Amino acid sequence: MDFMVFQYPMITVQACLDGILLGILFALIAYGMALQWGVMNIINIAQGDLVILGGYIAYFMYLYGIHPAWGVIVSPIIMYFVGVGIYKLVINKVVDRDLFISILATFGISILFMQLMNFAFGADVVLANSGYGTTFLFDNNVVLPNSKIFSAFVSIIFAICLVIYMKKSKLGRAIRATAQNARAAKILGVDTEKVYAATFGINAALCGVAGALISITFTIHPYMGLPYTIRSFMIVIVAGLGNLPGVALSGMGLGVFEEFADYILGTEFRIGSVFLLLVLILVYRRFKLSRKREYLK
Amino acid sequence: MSNKNLFLYIGILIFGLTAPFIFPAFKVQLSILCVLIVLATTWNIQGGEMGYNSFGNILFYGLGMYLCASVQVGMFFPLAEWTESGGEKTFVHTPAQFFQGMAAGLVVAAIVPTIVAGLIGYSILGLRGHYFAICTLGLGVAAGEISGGIEIIGAGQGFTTPPFPDFGGLEARGEFFYFLSFFVLVFTFIAVRTIYSTRFKLILNAIRDNEDKAEAMGIQTMKYKIIGWMISAFFCGLAGGIMGGLVGYIDSTDVAFDGREMGVFMVLMAILGGKGTLWGPIIGATIFHIFKEGFWTFFLGWQYVALGVLIVVIVIYFPEGIMGWLREKYPERFGEVVDEADRKAQVELK
Repeated sequence: MDFMVFQYPMITVQACLDGILLGILFALIAYGMALQWGVMNIINIAQGDLVILGGYIAYFMYLYGIHPAWGVIVSPIIMYFVGVGIYKLVINKVVDRDLFISILATFGISILFMQLMNFAFGADVVLANSGYGTTFLFDNNVVLPNSKIFSAFVSIIFAICLVIYMKKSKLGRAIRATAQNARAAKILGVDTEKVYAATFGINAALCGVAGALISITFTIHPYMGLPYTIRSFMIVIVAGLGNLPGVALSGMGLGVFEEFADYILGTEFRIGSVFLLLVLILVYRRFKLSRKREYLK
Repeated sequence: MSNKNLFLYIGILIFGLTAPFIFPAFKVQLSILCVLIVLATTWNIQGGEMGYNSFGNILFYGLGMYLCASVQVGMFFPLAEWTESGGEKTFVHTPAQFFQGMAAGLVVAAIVPTIVAGLIGYSILGLRGHYFAICTLGLGVAAGEISGGIEIIGAGQGFTTPPFPDFGGLEARGEFFYFLSFFVLVFTFIAVRTIYSTRFKLILNAIRDNEDKAEAMGIQTMKYKIIGWMISAFFCGLAGGIMGGLVGYIDSTDVAFDGREMGVFMVLMAILGGKGTLWGPIIGATIFHIFKEGFWTFFLGWQYVALGVLIVVIVIYFPEGIMGWLREKYPERFGEVVDEADRKAQVELK
């Protein structure tokens, strides 16, 4: 236990800023999850592993001497096709089935990806060094790596682009129509199979962007996927499907919570506290709803 | 019918009692198989019969493992010093101490998880469907991460369980753990079979099929859900306690709260064999264990790749499991009355 947080206000500022910048990244991943959950009614446990895979693409570019920031462009393009591939191979067989089937199937994909990445890239914790330097604020009391600011900035740009795309483009309209009522959309001539594939691809591409940013800002490791899945799941259930400002806000909230948990409880309890928070949020919502004799749907 | 079953049971019992002498090299594997069958069968109580698909039974398994080992050590020696010495033999259990500790440890390992399940049951079991699945997944992983930070049970460096006392060597150790786990397996089977022949099972099935209607029929669903989960937790804790002694070393995330392996295995075994049947999880666990050991031995390194593919294939192509497939093929054997004309009509409809 460390109560430095309360004695030195600058640490609070540091934690809040770190948390918000981190939370924007989480929100980007959660946006992808909300998208495919809303459209296809699938919970993708492999979400975090897609993020890590995207990170490894950026890391590989870094290894070959290309600046990892370009990964933000390259990684989503590759990941889009990975996502469509996963959809064609596995997801299209579980779309209409029970949600638990999709959870278990994507759990299998997650284990598969984890191990394949472990073979391909080794079990070391890696980081793509962007060389962006750091910014010092408040008399050098608050240290912000520029890469974090860069990543938050890029995430916001991608999120805005996607929102505009979903609103204006033909595919975006088809996706939204399918989310509202797949059957009606089919009757009106939307090729839902294609829409599903595109949705999963876009989700994977978003994961790719987030992964590339994470490889620049933090570290990546083949087995680090599951916490990202849980975080995005948590953000989505707090914000609700299709509530974008909610996703952004709860993402930042989660980021700040994590930074404080890190300071107060210690780094070894960081991931544990995220998972525990998930349980607490679900239980809280369950009790809130059970007063009206309802349950989480 | 029952006469034939009796012969089957006696045959299995005789096989179980003589197996370690017929296959002396596979004693440890057979003990693990027993533990896996216990886990799959009890997962099936709330996963298959009640329809609450939990990834979190690993919580009780890990809890049982830590508790059994802690009690076994803590009864005779200071626990903190034991874990700090990290398996160095500063303290040695005498045979009497070892067995007393094991017995007390198993009792605690069975009872405490049951109480824990009862305490958290009211909160967690109010969630349904995938929310329940994800919540229990979170619970299992959180338990692993948190126990990995607690010093007195070894934190990150792990916990060495008391070594088997120095008589009879490996042979005696293998036989002891085999008969212990086989006894627990028989106990579990009898208990589960008894449960499945009562009204309790029908209530669980009613909850699975439609919880709101079950409630409308006047069943206190929450009470039965909690009891169902507590039964699972009881046997999971017991299985964990045995497994801890069998493996000899407890690590928070790789052995005890191993959601990535054991936590998924129990679900997978039950699904492979057929959810919601008595024999399904047993068959599933046996096939799965044979497959797993073969793969783990001959394709070392690729086992998780195989596991991932296996999960996807089982879930997509065999969601009903082996028993479900058999049931579709030979419905008469399962006591279902099949009208020939009806069946023909259905074929024509297709």
